[in-house]
Amino acid sequence: MAKIKNLADLRKLKDQLKSKSNLGDKGGQHEDLVQVKISMATCSIASGSREILNYLVDELEKRNIDATVIQTGCMGYCYAEPTVEVTVPGKEPVVFGYVDNRKADEIIEKYIKNGILLEGIIPVNYQKIDE
Amino acid sequence: MSEYKIYLLVCGGTTCKSQAGHALAENLKTEVKNQGLSDVAQVVITGCFGFCEKGPIVKVLPDNTFYTKVKPEDAREIVEEHVVRGKKVQRLLYKDPKTDKIITDPEGMKVYKKQVRIALRNCGAINPESIDEYIARQGYEALGRVLTEMDPQQTIDIIKKSGLRGRGGGGFPTGMKWELTAASKADQKYVVCNADEGDPGAFMDRSVLEGDPHSVIEGMVVCGYCTGATQGLVYIRAEYPLAIERLKTGIKQAREYGLLGKNIFGTEFSFDIELKYGAGAFVCGEETALIHSMEGKRGEPTMKPPFPSVEGYLGKPTTVNNVETFANISSIILKGHEWFSSIGTEKSKGTKVFALAGKVNNVGLVEVPMGITLREVIFEIGGGIKGGKKFKAVQTGGPSGGCLTEQHLDIPIDYDNLIAAGSMMGSGGMVVMDEDDCMVDMAKFFLEFTVDESCGKCTPCRIGNKRLFELLEKITKGNGNREDIERLVNLGNVIKDTSLCGLGQSSPNPVLAMIRNFPQEYDAHVVDKKCPSGVCKALMVYEIVAENCVGCTACARACPVGAITGERKEIHTIDKSLCIKCGACMDRCKFNAVIVN
Ligand SMILES: Cc1cc2nc3c(=O)[nH]c(=O)nc-3n(C[C@H](O)[C@H](O)[C@H](O)COP(=O)(O)O)c2cc1C
Ligand code: SF4
Repeated sequence: MAKIKNLADLRKLKDQLKSKSNLGDKGGQHEDLVQVKISMATCSIASGSREILNYLVDELEKRNIDATVIQTGCMGYCYAEPTVEVTVPGKEPVVFGYVDNRKADEIIEKYIKNGILLEGIIPVNYQKIDE
Repeated sequence: MSEYKIYLLVCGGTTCKSQAGHALAENLKTEVKNQGLSDVAQVVITGCFGFCEKGPIVKVLPDNTFYTKVKPEDAREIVEEHVVRGKKVQRLLYKDPKTDKIITDPEGMKVYKKQVRIALRNCGAINPESIDEYIARQGYEALGRVLTEMDPQQTIDIIKKSGLRGRGGGGFPTGMKWELTAASKADQKYVVCNADEGDPGAFMDRSVLEGDPHSVIEGMVVCGYCTGATQGLVYIRAEYPLAIERLKTGIKQAREYGLLGKNIFGTEFSFDIELKYGAGAFVCGEETALIHSMEGKRGEPTMKPPFPSVEGYLGKPTTVNNVETFANISSIILKGHEWFSSIGTEKSKGTKVFALAGKVNNVGLVEVPMGITLREVIFEIGGGIKGGKKFKAVQTGGPSGGCLTEQHLDIPIDYDNLIAAGSMMGSGGMVVMDEDDCMVDMAKFFLEFTVDESCGKCTPCRIGNKRLFELLEKITKGNGNREDIERLVNLGNVIKDTSLCGLGQSSPNPVLAMIRNFPQEYDAHVVDKKCPSGVCKALMVYEIVAENCVGCTACARACPVGAITGERKEIHTIDKSLCIKCGACMDRCKFNAVIVN
C-alpha cells in the first residue's frame, strides 16, 4: 500500500475511491451494482446477522445477481436486528428490519429483482450531515 | 411481478398501530383493490417513523408526500385523490407548528427526522474494516488540513469555539482541556481514549468503535498534534472483543497508509496508538483510576489536582477524552466551529448519542441535537412505552445520575438542565421505566451495582453505600419505617460530600432522586407496607376469595411449599407464614379465586 505523504495524496486517493464508487471489492462499475449492507455490530451479530450475511452472499451468487454485500456497524435500530440496507441503483436506500432467511429470500426475489417494497421496512429517521 | 407505480407506506410502529393505524392500512388496501388499482399501487406497513405525536402516518412514494394524523376514514380520499387524480389531500398534509404553513416538499419534512448524526455519521454506512471507505467519505482530510495548514493553537481555538464538551459524563470543555495539556511542559505527553464504558445499559462507545474506528483514531491524532503528544493509548474493556478487533484493524491500516507512525502527511509530527485492556471495573472509567490501571497499578482513583493534563500517565501530561468526544473532532474541523455551535443549546453544543433502553418500543442507539426534549426522545424516536403502559421515569447518567419524571419531559436536554433537574447527562445511558417498575427496587438495583463497583479506598463510599443498600433491602422486605427514609437521605448526603472520587460522590444520586420524585411510593412501602407496582415480593399477600373458590384443589397441588389447605369442594386458605409468594396458585386457578394485594 502506498504511503500517503501529503494532503494531495490523500485527496487523489479519495477521488479514485469515489469514482470506483465507494464500496466492496468488485471495483469498477459500482454505480450499477446492487449494494447490500448488513449491520454487524455486537448486538446485530448476537441476533444472527452473520448467518444472514452468509445467506445473502451465497444466494445472490447462486441467483446470478450482481451485488456487493458489505458489513457495517450499528445502524441504531437495535430493536429490529438483524437489519439490512439495500440500495438498488438509481433508488434511495431501503432498510429492512427483523431479517431472517425467509425475509432475506423475499428481499432478493421481490425487492432486488422486481423493485417491490416489503412490509416492515424501517423509515430513516435521522439527518445526515454530509452529502 | 412488476414494479408498482405508487407506494402507500403506513406506519406500523406500536403507537400508530394503537391509534387505529392497523384499520387504516386495511382500509387503504381495500380501497386500492376496489378501485382496481392493485397493479398500480401497493400498501406497505413499515416500522416506526419516529414521529408518533403526529401519527398515524402515511407516506406516499415516489413523490414523498407525508400525511399525518390520518384516520381510517381518510383512506378513500387518499386513494381517490392522490393515487387516481394525482392531487395531494391538502388537509392531511403536515403543517409546521410554528408558522402553520403546509409543508409539502420532502426537504421540509426534516422536522420528523429528529436525529442528527455527527459522531455516528459513518456508523452503519461504511464498512468499519475498510480505511478506504472512510477516506472516500472525507476521512483523514481533517487531520491532513490540521497538520499541514494549521498550528496547534489555531486548531485548539476551533475546538474551543465549537463549544464541544466531553461526552464521557462530566462535560468539561474539550478545547480547554487540550489547551491545559498543551501548556504543560514535558519531554513526553500522552493522549488517552477512555473506552471503559462501565455504565450498565450503555453501549454508545462500543457502537462507535465497532462502526467507525477511524473517526476515533483521527480525533486522537489531532489531539496529539494540538497537545504535543506523540503516543496515544486506548483504554478499552476486554469484554468488547469486536470493538478491539476493529480498532486493531483500523490502527494497522492507518499505519500502512502512514497516517499513524512517523512523519504523518510528510510533516515533522509523529504519533502512534496502542491498546490497553481493562477488566471491566466501573471505577476504572474514572480518569485517575484509569491511568493507574494502565500503569499496571490497582485501579483506584487519586485526588485531583494534579489533573491528568499536568501529571497523568507515567507522571506525564495526559489528555483523557471519551470515545464519542474524539469521534466529533474531524467533523468540527471540516465543517467549522460555526456549524457545530449552531446545533444545540447555549451552553451545550452539538449532539449526544444515547443508548435508549428499558420499557420503550424502539430500543436503540440514537444521536440527537442537544436541546431536544426527553418527550421527543422517548415518545417520538423511541416510539413510546412498550405495551401501551404508562411512563413513570427515565434514568439518565446511569448509577451516578437520577431519575426524571413526567414533569421533566419537556425540558431541553443539555448538561446544565439535567443537573438542575437533579440528574446528569452521564455518558448516554437512558433507561426508561414504566408503571410496573418499583422505585425502591430500582434504587436498590443501582446501589447494588455501586456497592459491587466501589474500589473500597475510602470509608464513606465503601461502607456507606453498603448501609444504604441494607436500608433499601429492609424497606423492600417490609421492615422499614419513616426514619429509615430520613436515614437514607442523611447518609446519602454524607457519602456525596465525603467520598474521594466521582463514583462515591454520585452513588447516592439514584436513591435520593427517587425519594424526592416518588415520596408517596416510599411511604407506601414503610407505612402501609405495600408495593404499589407489585414488585417487592415480601410485601405481597396472596389470598383466596371465598366467593370464587370452588374447592377444586388445583392451587393446593400447585403450591410447592404446601401452604394451601382445604378439603375437596370446600373453600381453601393460604397460610401466610408458609407462603413464599411464588404465584403458582394464581397461575393455576381457573376461577380467579386467588388474588394478590
Ligand atoms: C465512576 C466514574 C466512571 C467513569 N466512567 C467513564 C467511562 O466509562 N467513560 C468515559 O469516557 N468517562 C468516564 N468517566 C469520566 C472520566 O473520569 C473522564 O471525565 C472522561 O473520560 C473525560 O473525557 P471527556 O472530557 O471527553 O468526557 C467516569 C467517571 C467516574 C467518576
Ligand atoms: S469514592 Fe468509592 S470508588 Fe471512589 S475512591 Fe472512594 S471508595 Fe473508591
